[in-house]
Amino acid sequence: MPKIQLENLVKRYGDFEVLHGINLEMEENEFTVFVGPSGCGKSTTLRMIAGLESVSGGEIYIDGKPVSNLEPKARDLAMVFQDYALYPHMNVAQNMSFALRLQKAPKSEIDSKVKDVAKMLGLTEFLHRKPGELSGGQRQRVAMGRALTRDSGTFLFDEPLSNLDAKLRGQMRAELALMRQQVQKNMIYVTHDQIEAMTLADRIVVMHGGYIQQQGTPEELYKRPVNKFVAGFLGSPPMNFLDAELTDEGGKLFVVGSGFKIALPEERAHTLPANAKGPVTMGIRPADLTFAPKAADDQSFDLQVVVSEYIGAQSVLICDCAGQKVEVELKSDTPIALGEKLRFEANTDAIHLFDRETEAAL
Amino acid sequence: MSAVARANRLTPYMFLAPAAVVLVFALLYPIGYMVYASFLDWSPSQRIGQADFIGLRNYANLLTDAAFLESFWVTIKFAAVVVTLEMVIGVGLALLLDRNIRGMSLLRTIFILPMMIAPIVVGLMWRYMYHPTVGIFNRTIKNLGFETGIPWLSDSTWSFIAVVIADVWQWTPFIFILALAAMQSLPRSALEAAEIDGATEWQKVIMIKIPLMMPVLIVTLLLRLIDAFKVLEVIMVLTNGGPGLSTEIVALRIFRTAQEFQELGEAAAMSNLLLLMLMALTIGMFMYTKIQEARTARMLKAAQQEDE
Ligand SMILES: Nc1ncnc2c1ncn2[C@@H]1O[C@H](COP(=O)(O)OP(=O)(O)OP(=O)(O)O)[C@@H](O)[C@H]1O
Ligand SMILES: [Mg+2]
Repeated sequence: MPKIQLENLVKRYGDFEVLHGINLEMEENEFTVFVGPSGCGKSTTLRMIAGLESVSGGEIYIDGKPVSNLEPKARDLAMVFQDYALYPHMNVAQNMSFALRLQKAPKSEIDSKVKDVAKMLGLTEFLHRKPGELSGGQRQRVAMGRALTRDSGTFLFDEPLSNLDAKLRGQMRAELALMRQQVQKNMIYVTHDQIEAMTLADRIVVMHGGYIQQQGTPEELYKRPVNKFVAGFLGSPPMNFLDAELTDEGGKLFVVGSGFKIALPEERAHTLPANAKGPVTMGIRPADLTFAPKAADDQSFDLQVVVSEYIGAQSVLICDCAGQKVEVELKSDTPIALGEKLRFEANTDAIHLFDRETEAAL
Repeated sequence: MSAVARANRLTPYMFLAPAAVVLVFALLYPIGYMVYASFLDWSPSQRIGQADFIGLRNYANLLTDAAFLESFWVTIKFAAVVVTLEMVIGVGLALLLDRNIRGMSLLRTIFILPMMIAPIVVGLMWRYMYHPTVGIFNRTIKNLGFETGIPWLSDSTWSFIAVVIADVWQWTPFIFILALAAMQSLPRSALEAAEIDGATEWQKVIMIKIPLMMPVLIVTLLLRLIDAFKVLEVIMVLTNGGPGLSTEIVALRIFRTAQEFQELGEAAAMSNLLLLMLMALTIGMFMYTKIQEARTARMLKAAQQEDE
């Protein structure tokens, strides 16, 4: 429930700085997801919020109060660990009630709380088992249950689903989304799985190399990435990047590269900065290309289909565009022959342009 | 079953055979010899074949032998006291020294030195320290202004305390080392979870660390208990069982029965009783862990089937 702010948060291990001034505000009852590649500092940030890791610089505010010198227990938060971190010697009920027992809550209250949460998570029949006697999915739910019985204002999750197999993971993701609707709390969730991020988040924070690259709603990040990293990180299959040149022919903008010349919609001429012309990286998502043999020359790519990856209703074509790789996602029943050169129409509104040097979006 | 399959099944036993042979000769033969000897009225001047077979008479004698029963009681008292003290101090020290401060590894090394000294040497060392006039303890007491020193080795209560102190000094490091190793392999994240759940340092020790170390602690306790029942050298050098029978533990009694009283059969019977007791202890502990493991395995299997 509280509002959490990070202000110029820095973390150093010895001389090695791993977080370089993180600034972030998380609103009340918001589900925030930190995503980023391995080693980018997601866990470190989360653990600093939890109080498990000391703060080297900057400050963390919870409801406006600086907390970086407070013990974890004074911060009113619950955490779900990647390896679940259950207490191996306690049964499920004891695991879930541990915090309440430390707070000396009345026994009847503890019992009813544990019973409620166990019912919600389908753990009722396992209450007397030890963690070692549970399967991976059940352990995961116990870890979740232990956090839920706490009734604290903020929930922290550090890759809680990453130890599960694909099927169970999908299932748990759905359960989490459901729980999200029932429980009105702040949730901060770390993952490197962009699908988890997109499906669960109110706010996604993309991190890379100890910096926040961009934050916003899933849709904002998907539609308007601020740089090439974010554009390439979110979305599956990932965005295609092609080396190109931005040219102006009598007031009309074209993106020209080897094997293609695409006219940009007119509005873009007004939004693009004047100095943008020259070498750029063009980005287009695989789903923004459609098979269209009769499309106009300046609206389409001619691609040589190399491989077709069948994934059910959709297929991903891996194509060649004069030496550069382009992926196209389309319905599996589209009549496509491998090895042929085919024409694909681009949704020109969805074309992204990035500065070749700085990789920032233009 | 084909001949090849049968041969394959036998292969492991062939590889085990040499070890089994060595085991039979090195371990079972002496024990068998001792068990057999315990049924004999046998003095060292006789060869074993010449000794009279007297059935269980040696054992019957033991049960009415006040000196033996006394030594049995002393042993139990000694083992209980030293093992309790060593466990408490050893685990306590491990809890205190389980942190990453500079110089800690040196300190740990110093702590385990006593364990590496030969027991005879430990006995001699402590005998000098306990010396009524020139020993360090009584000199210190005098320097502090007290008139009389403590009769360390000449009073029956103090001599028991003296041997307990020496044993605790020598064997606490053993517990310390194992407890420290166990502590450092505890799941770090469970401790972090406890921290977030609001546990204080002390609550973490009592509710998480100690229970999680329990399997190691139990084995350590068992090892120390077995060892404490067999203790001999230090006490022999320090008090030789005296004054009176106040520090005469069973091992010393066995030694004297064989050496001084020349009753090899009776000494063998005592050894057997001791062996049986220790074996019962070990098997009991072993069964307990087996049963626990089997239960866990069964539940886990059931859980995984439900997940399918
Ligand atoms: N105790 C430590 N000492 C030194 N460096 C550390 C320590 N812990 C983490 N790091 C470094 O900090 C950086 C960020 O680590 P962090 O665990 O936050 O990454 P992450 O984003 O959670 O990655 P992953 O997805 O693999 O869990 C990494 O480069 C890591 O090597
Ligand atoms: Mg991590």
